[in-house]
Amino acid sequence: MKLYEYLGKELFYRYDIPVPHRKLIESAEEATEAAAELGNVVIKSQVLTGKRGKAGGIAFAADPGEARKEAERIFKMELNGLKVEKVLVEEKLQIDQELYLALTVDGAARCPVVLVSLDGGMDVEDVAEERMVRWPVNITLGLQDYMVREICRLLGVTGDLKKEFIEFLPKLYRLFRELDAELAEINPLALTPAGLVAADAKVTIDDDALYRHPQLPRIKEKTALELKAEELDLAYVELDGNIAVMANGAGITMATLDMVQHYGGAPANFLDFGGGADVERTSKAIELLLGTSPKVLLINIFGGITRCDVVAEAFVRVRESKGIDLPVSFRLVGTNEAEGRALLGKVGIKAVTSMDDAVRHAVELSVVSK
Amino acid sequence: MSIFIDKQTRVLVQGITGKQGSFHTGQMIAYGTKIVGGISPGKGGQTVEGVPVFDTVFEALEKQPVDASILFIPAPYAKDAALEALDAGVKIIVLIPEHIPLHDAMEIMAYARQKEAVIVGPNTFGLVSSGSCKIGIMPNRYFIPGPVGVVSRSGTLCYEIVGHLTDSDIGTTTVVGLGGDRVVGLNFIDVLEKFEEDPATKMIILVGEIGGSSEEEAAQYIANSMTKPVIAYLAGRSAPPGKRMGHAGAIIERGRGTFESKVKALSEAGVKVAELPMEIPLLVKAALAKA
Repeated sequence: MKLYEYLGKELFYRYDIPVPHRKLIESAEEATEAAAELGNVVIKSQVLTGKRGKAGGIAFAADPGEARKEAERIFKMELNGLKVEKVLVEEKLQIDQELYLALTVDGAARCPVVLVSLDGGMDVEDVAEERMVRWPVNITLGLQDYMVREICRLLGVTGDLKKEFIEFLPKLYRLFRELDAELAEINPLALTPAGLVAADAKVTIDDDALYRHPQLPRIKEKTALELKAEELDLAYVELDGNIAVMANGAGITMATLDMVQHYGGAPANFLDFGGGADVERTSKAIELLLGTSPKVLLINIFGGITRCDVVAEAFVRVRESKGIDLPVSFRLVGTNEAEGRALLGKVGIKAVTSMDDAVRHAVELSVVSK
Repeated sequence: MSIFIDKQTRVLVQGITGKQGSFHTGQMIAYGTKIVGGISPGKGGQTVEGVPVFDTVFEALEKQPVDASILFIPAPYAKDAALEALDAGVKIIVLIPEHIPLHDAMEIMAYARQKEAVIVGPNTFGLVSSGSCKIGIMPNRYFIPGPVGVVSRSGTLCYEIVGHLTDSDIGTTTVVGLGGDRVVGLNFIDVLEKFEEDPATKMIILVGEIGGSSEEEAAQYIANSMTKPVIAYLAGRSAPPGKRMGHAGAIIERGRGTFESKVKALSEAGVKVAELPMEIPLLVKAALAKA
């Protein structure tokens, strides 16, 4: 779960990480008052997308009138298709140097990793590899002072800034660990006359650990359909095509989409309902897909934990209660295959055994029914 | 021959009294796996599928030695169960559950490294040495002995590919599921190393997907250190960036982990990448003929 910048900064504040003085506003009128209080300000759109600055979603203002004008403009914006609903008005920092700092998970090393660069403020992808220090942290030890001293040595940082780092980094590490973060990124980390200040905040919390953080707000950046799928515990992603696809297992669902594309078709979605779904959940998954008005429905089942008879029963149930009046391409093999085939046979559906045949058939159907 | 596990491997089932735990205990026994005990706190003294149930892993180890453990434990409690098995001295731990918090997974991996133990998963179907020992949830009938080693990040897709092999009368030495999460224990290189050493394995199939960099790292290892032929299949060619495709680890982030990058790395390492799963048996036959 990605957090908005203003929420990230609230968390930083709670962890004693220096952040600029700021005010969250929900209308342009409020900008006047905020700027009157804060003086020279930065006005920042609160949307969950990168490169807000380049898109015009961040502006500077020297007085309340200008602040209001810029806020008005930003509230009308759409960034990457996302509407601006909240805006952060912040004191403009006096920045001597922009740095980069992040804590994230190194999948290959299987541990947290500190990323620091003295080149901040730009896209992190644009930071030269040799200008970035990566320090994997042994999670059993946690981030110790000696590690920060070593990071400073590698960066060539000494004196006051080194002292600042030794104080700053452990706070961010504590936040990262205690809040089950996947990412806690500060770009830029501003070096001001008063010391290091987090000029931005990008925090992502591990979805699988949200259950133990009831105090955190729940941010939804998914489409209505994706949310509905989430309620049903289905892995679902909307795509642009016209062939609705469901399969059991993430890998085989991806492979099914790839094969649809390979044969010239266009998948309408990714839907993995694997992991032993019952008739109820499987029916809901089928209904969800029908609700997207695809041209063709492609069901690809290789039953392991998933039982073919359960899938067939769910299909028959939906067909009888809601009606399925679009062409269907069904592949069914694996656990309880015979029972599943018998159930489908009763409603005149003949499932094939090969994934290849099923996908090709679905693509053909999508072409003729265009 | 096989890697990691064989006929002699003594296996514990943690969470044996649950629905999945008891069902798969039966399936593993049917396959020939030596299940020596089950764990279910508070339910010690019962039996499941004829297997004695203990309250704790330490108690089970007082009765007999154990080589491996498989966990059917809900994700929020999986860390505790995995640490218990590691602390008790179990050297191979198979983590079936999906949705284990990332920080829990990192803690498990750190302790496993300290104890010099192997973690398979999380979010894996397990591993099977065909014809002798299955520690996992894969359907029994597709896993017949033969000369091909298989290592995969995803479950059903791996069954699909092994199913194609079985239909062509090609069997497998060991099939290992790495798991679909961002932080997993065994990686491609760990498994490729073992296959390279195993005399019964003549060639290897690598089943990867978008996200992370483990395929690229595997490609480098193959180019530098492997003599046996490797063929690959990768899922996610059509996946849009920034979206998690079912697996927590299957996501293209900031331009990294793309399908193209993986195909390029593997092809440059001399690995033939199949376009479709159904092409694999032919590629395998060609590789075996040369091997």
